[in-house]
Amino acid sequence: MSVAFLIEQLLNGVQFGVMLFLMAAGLTLVFGVMGLINLAHGSLFMLGAFFCSWIAGITGSFWLGLGGGFLAAAAAGALIEMLVIRRLYDRDHLDQVLATFALILIFSELVRWVFGDQPLYLDIPPLLSGALPLPGGGGYPVYRFAIILAGLATALGLYLLIAKTRLGMRIRAGESDREMIGALGVDIRTLYTAVFALGAALAGFAGGMVGALQSVQVGMGEPVLILAFVVIVIGGIGSVKGALIGSVLVGLTDTLGRVFLPQVFKLVLPASEATAVGSALASVAIYLLMAVILAWRPKGLFPVNA
Amino acid sequence: MTEPLLELKKLSKAFGAVKASDAVDLTLFPGEIHALIGPNGAGKSTLIAQVTGWMKPDAGEVRLLGRDASHLSVAARAKLGLGRSFQVSSLAQGFSALANVMLALQARDGGAFRFWAPLRGNAALREEALGVLARIGLADRADLPVSALSHGERRLLEMALALALRPKLLLLDEPMAGLGPEGTRNLTAFLRELKNEAGILLIEHDMDAVFALADRISVLVYGRVIASGTADEIRQSAAVREAYLGDALC
Amino acid sequence: MPAFLASVSSREGMVNAVLAGLLLAAPLIAFTLDEPFYISLATRVAILALAGVGLNLALGYGGMVSFGHAAFFGLGGYVAGIAAFHAFDGSDFIVWPLTLGGTDQLLIIWPLTVLVVAVVAFAIGVISLRTSGVYFIMITLAFAQMIYYLAISIPTYGGEDGLAIYLRNQLPLGDSNDPLTFFFVCYGMLLLALFVSSRLVASPFGVALQCARMNEVRLATMGIAPFPVKLTAFVISGVITGIAGALFADLNGFVGPSMLSWHRSGEIMIFVILGGVGRLFGPLAGAALFILLESLIGGMTDRWQLFLGAILLGVVLFARGGLIGLLAGRARHD
Repeated sequence: MSVAFLIEQLLNGVQFGVMLFLMAAGLTLVFGVMGLINLAHGSLFMLGAFFCSWIAGITGSFWLGLGGGFLAAAAAGALIEMLVIRRLYDRDHLDQVLATFALILIFSELVRWVFGDQPLYLDIPPLLSGALPLPGGGGYPVYRFAIILAGLATALGLYLLIAKTRLGMRIRAGESDREMIGALGVDIRTLYTAVFALGAALAGFAGGMVGALQSVQVGMGEPVLILAFVVIVIGGIGSVKGALIGSVLVGLTDTLGRVFLPQVFKLVLPASEATAVGSALASVAIYLLMAVILAWRPKGLFPVNA
Repeated sequence: MTEPLLELKKLSKAFGAVKASDAVDLTLFPGEIHALIGPNGAGKSTLIAQVTGWMKPDAGEVRLLGRDASHLSVAARAKLGLGRSFQVSSLAQGFSALANVMLALQARDGGAFRFWAPLRGNAALREEALGVLARIGLADRADLPVSALSHGERRLLEMALALALRPKLLLLDEPMAGLGPEGTRNLTAFLRELKNEAGILLIEHDMDAVFALADRISVLVYGRVIASGTADEIRQSAAVREAYLGDALC
Repeated sequence: MPAFLASVSSREGMVNAVLAGLLLAAPLIAFTLDEPFYISLATRVAILALAGVGLNLALGYGGMVSFGHAAFFGLGGYVAGIAAFHAFDGSDFIVWPLTLGGTDQLLIIWPLTVLVVAVVAFAIGVISLRTSGVYFIMITLAFAQMIYYLAISIPTYGGEDGLAIYLRNQLPLGDSNDPLTFFFVCYGMLLLALFVSSRLVASPFGVALQCARMNEVRLATMGIAPFPVKLTAFVISGVITGIAGALFADLNGFVGPSMLSWHRSGEIMIFVILGGVGRLFGPLAGAALFILLESLIGGMTDRWQLFLGAILLGVVLFARGGLIGLLAGRARHD
């Protein structure tokens, strides 16, 4: 096993993790600020991917598509926040789960209606095609590298937003005290819509970028959604820092598990069985990780008092 | 000398730099009411949590009926004979007053792992539950859901639930709060009777009630017991006047 | 009226009796009209209602919002499927430390389902119940996903494609291949589960469980530790849903990862909510309504999920208390 291979797999894990972070950040913000659990977050990811590839298909520009996906998801987020989500803040988690589950059904069927049953495809833009050389030989796709950078930049941006800006101050106040922020004269309804739309936009952004790596189809948001939930549960629901660390942890565990677990089992088992056992274990590795972390710390790595 | 029902030995608990309980020693003997008073933030809630088992002390010991109970769960301490009432009403809201008491009786007699015969069908338990409710003056409210009871009635029901367990000692957390003058009078009379059945650790803000009822009083300030003695001794203690009563009496 | 129907308000008891009667009448009428499809539809309702009855125990009475009951449903299905698979090709399930072959006898498969699901539900419950609130929802979901991916990654039992059960598993008396007989089996199982649930809920255990939902602190203060009560209820709940899964696999002659998917968990939850949370017959009302809507709207348009979503959204936002609540009024205080 070469060094280049190891670096490549590490980068793959980080890239996957960073993409999960874009999803998890929105989920955890929405939960932290509004106390809402939103299953329809995966639908916003899917919307981002569909709009990105649709617009890119029409205009021929990946970048317009990416911007379009971002905006479409933000708009859809703001819309459902005002129509549905807003009524759920004071409800228990059961109602939130069901209502947002209903939204998934509606979104999936609407997208199928509008875009058809066939998957869409999105090409990597010329600017980001090709590969970067890795130490020890081989190369790493520029596009995946760009995703890592974009994700890290987003994390930095979110940090600056929450720590340094007025909006961030309001978000932090909202986390600690809803009534207080109302008393300060902040229009809490607008703030909530803005936070929800921001989370939605990040999901749409992630969907657009991932659209160039996999086929764009209905249901693509759901596996990512569940992984994003695993991430925020591990990180501590409501904590953006926890979401970042949890994302990378999950991304690395999943990617490296799939590559190395079968190899590890080959040391003790015959090859065919080792592959079977190894890949079975790899497919559940992140859930085991979560179970262990929660058994140890029932409120995640960075608990938030919500 | 009789064995104390409750004995706290050098109980300590800190949150960061704040010492919420600072080497607290305290005893409660059968037949007495021991009142614990102190200004807000003195560490009363933390102390209650350690006595009942919701919180583990950093150091020191909680002894119940002569046994080291420091590592027992909330439920296990209740089983030993520690009853309590809550500052904020804490009842099963969806159940009737009667069902609340019957569950408590069931908990005392056999626990929860009876899967078949309906609880409501247990005539003996029902009789006893009605008796407990009658004793506290709630007999005619037995079939109302808790949500339909008044604030004062809920406080009484809390007391009934504690009594149903036939506790050997009771921890009452501000039982007078929100009761009004007549309710306070009635409850004071009731507690004076009750202490012969179960020793009472009374946490209370109503100083008239405390001085009328308590056989001994301990004063908690910044996590430390700064004085402990009879009502007269506490009234005369300079330290208490300075730290606590001084503000309250002005 | 049987005692367990009367354990709720008389109006709710009536509604329950009518529901049970309708479900019994539907396949009989279908049989006389020679419409086997509707017998199978009614069987489906009975089985899915059974799955809901299981979840209702945890979710409705115990307040444990499990988003992973598909794990138990699917496991039950896989027990039936794997037993039949080995019985069909004569191979052994395990050879060490003892040799265990397959079987097509339902009277062996069902107890086996109970055992397997109970063990798994216990393991999941022990870890999950350390958490609460949204963490509990998420961790039960994640455990179900774990079993889902495990099922996909085992090629012996069909992996992604699932397993076909070529011959429906057998009963000692009566022919399980006969649609009406199989309906009666499922219907009987549903009534049994409803009866057991009604006894459980009214028993000291059930009252303690509901107290744990309403106020855990109170329960502990009475000297009853909430954790073992909730864990026991969670296991019983999982087992009932698991039996439903075993029946479902036999009904369809197939078990696959879709029985373990989180959509399935959501669906079982929907039965409970549509019918009315914590109402004894809620899951039956919910499952019946769901299947009826599915076949009605599904017959008219391919976009049935769109309407299902809209209806569900409407129920959650505007019709709390579900169908039973609508028909029988507010729940009685006990």
